[in-house]
Amino acid sequence: MAAAAMLGGCDRLGNAEWFRRTLKTGEDANLFVQRLLLTDRTLAPEFTEADISPWFKPNGTEDPPDKDYKALAKGKFAKYHLEVGGLVEAPFKLSLSDLRKLPARTQITRHDCVEGWSAIGKWTGVPLSELLNRAKLKPQARYVVFHCADTMDQGSLLEGGGDVEDADEVPAGNANPSMTKQSGGDESRKDFGGQQATEDDAASGGTPVRFYESTDLVDAFHPQTILAYDMNGQALPVSNGAPLRLRVERNLGYKQAKYVMRIEVVESFANIGAGKGGYWEDQGYAWYAGI
Amino acid sequence: MARTYLTRSAPEIGEVERRRWMFRHPVVIRITHWVNAVCLLVLLMSGLQIFNAHPALYWGNVSTFDTPLMAMSSTEDYPPRGVTTVFGHAFETTGWLGSSTGSNGEPADRGFPAWTTLPSDQDLTGGRSWHFFFAWVFVLNGVAYLFYGLVSGQLRFRLIPSRNQIRHFGASVWEHLTLRFPQGVEAKRYNVIQKLSYLVVLFVLLPVQVLAGLAMSPAMDAAFPFLLTLFDGRQSARTVHFVVAAMLVLFVIVHVALVLLSGFWNNMRGMLTGWFVIERKVEPSAITEEPRA
Repeated sequence: MAAAAMLGGCDRLGNAEWFRRTLKTGEDANLFVQRLLLTDRTLAPEFTEADISPWFKPNGTEDPPDKDYKALAKGKFAKYHLEVGGLVEAPFKLSLSDLRKLPARTQITRHDCVEGWSAIGKWTGVPLSELLNRAKLKPQARYVVFHCADTMDQGSLLEGGGDVEDADEVPAGNANPSMTKQSGGDESRKDFGGQQATEDDAASGGTPVRFYESTDLVDAFHPQTILAYDMNGQALPVSNGAPLRLRVERNLGYKQAKYVMRIEVVESFANIGAGKGGYWEDQGYAWYAGI
Repeated sequence: MARTYLTRSAPEIGEVERRRWMFRHPVVIRITHWVNAVCLLVLLMSGLQIFNAHPALYWGNVSTFDTPLMAMSSTEDYPPRGVTTVFGHAFETTGWLGSSTGSNGEPADRGFPAWTTLPSDQDLTGGRSWHFFFAWVFVLNGVAYLFYGLVSGQLRFRLIPSRNQIRHFGASVWEHLTLRFPQGVEAKRYNVIQKLSYLVVLFVLLPVQVLAGLAMSPAMDAAFPFLLTLFDGRQSARTVHFVVAAMLVLFVIVHVALVLLSGFWNNMRGMLTGWFVIERKVEPSAITEEPRA
């Protein structure tokens, strides 16, 4: 009885705004200390061919429902273009074959899902620094935002569907349905709703909330941060984020945006989505995902 | 001779003379003890919440989903049955592991049940927030304890067994098994088993637990790749983190049981105010005689 009362008390405490903010200082401390421990060029451990997982578990969106995406996929992404813009001197678009002609990096790294599991894969792609240098960042640039093709299933998401266990139904970002229910939910939902209402007008009736993610420039220019088009020596499968996914090693899985369509360099992500810097961040997850 | 500065004689009158008040726990130790207790409880429950996001354990760098060391799941039946598989052996654990009643009264697919996790409902990000915050408190509290313990000499005095204690190790084990607790002068210090348990917890289990926790962080693995060597991979580190948590739970259960058995109020007063009463050792034949000085 006492234990139940205590647990109820903890749940209430966990929902109080001041307490939630206090708890978040732990995550702020994680970012601060890990940035002290890591140089800008400290590499995530790399593995050998023998370590590659026979099956690289797809998580989050595995088959984007969006018409535009489906059309691209049908044409083997021949009509796909990656757009690089925002706070840059020279915005540009590149097709998949153009991207493949750029200098590439191949790395065998471990992917760690926030849920707890890990898989090792071999990724080949163009270093993000290559693209950013080409686009020439403006001085006020601070973050790089990745806009993705997959629309999230808001219905089940905003209801928090605790019974959704099937990964197929889960939104993108290598995340879990369990991620959708969290203490920050109510607040983000409100923010989210507000954001959608304004988008509503522009989007002519639809409320497409697409997956997005962001990194700061430390992670963006890290040598292992690549936009991968190959996995394990073959073209990236749709379930793992075709045609292009972000690999930002030293971070958890939900940062590794799949189906990347557009890269936007910004000074602040306060006006994107619910303003927390990513789809899962808007659901309450920490923006910094190094732990 | 035990250190006399830790004891103060009670007034020399009749009955009270058998009891000696001893100032056992300095304030830093009392505070760090209770902060630590809260931290361990929160870390355990928020840890189970995090574990529930993927209730399976593996060995090595990666998850071998088909061959976990241990996994909890629920069946498709209604109501679902909870099944826990350990080294390939399946056990029905309905109501406890795999499937249990959620806070809404409905069966929920959970590794550990709602009443053991923090927050009680499935909430990975909430669990992570609690876990990281209290992990910081735990580590800072532990550093304060160790620093104070080393500087004040308390650690050495409390936890390093004397030669005499080591020599009588066997007898001490027997005393423990028969639940005969030391009295008189012997009660002023921890006995040899207590000392060794505390040493193992303090210098083996807790540091391993912190390191295994850090080894699960992809950024920490980049900064300190030896963490992966130490634990044989991230998934092994996760398994070690789970097993050591279980060992700490076991330690706390035994610790609390012995607190209850060896004089609950005296022990509690000791850890709350610092003052602990030592009953003088009186030979059975001497009980009827006049109290001696």
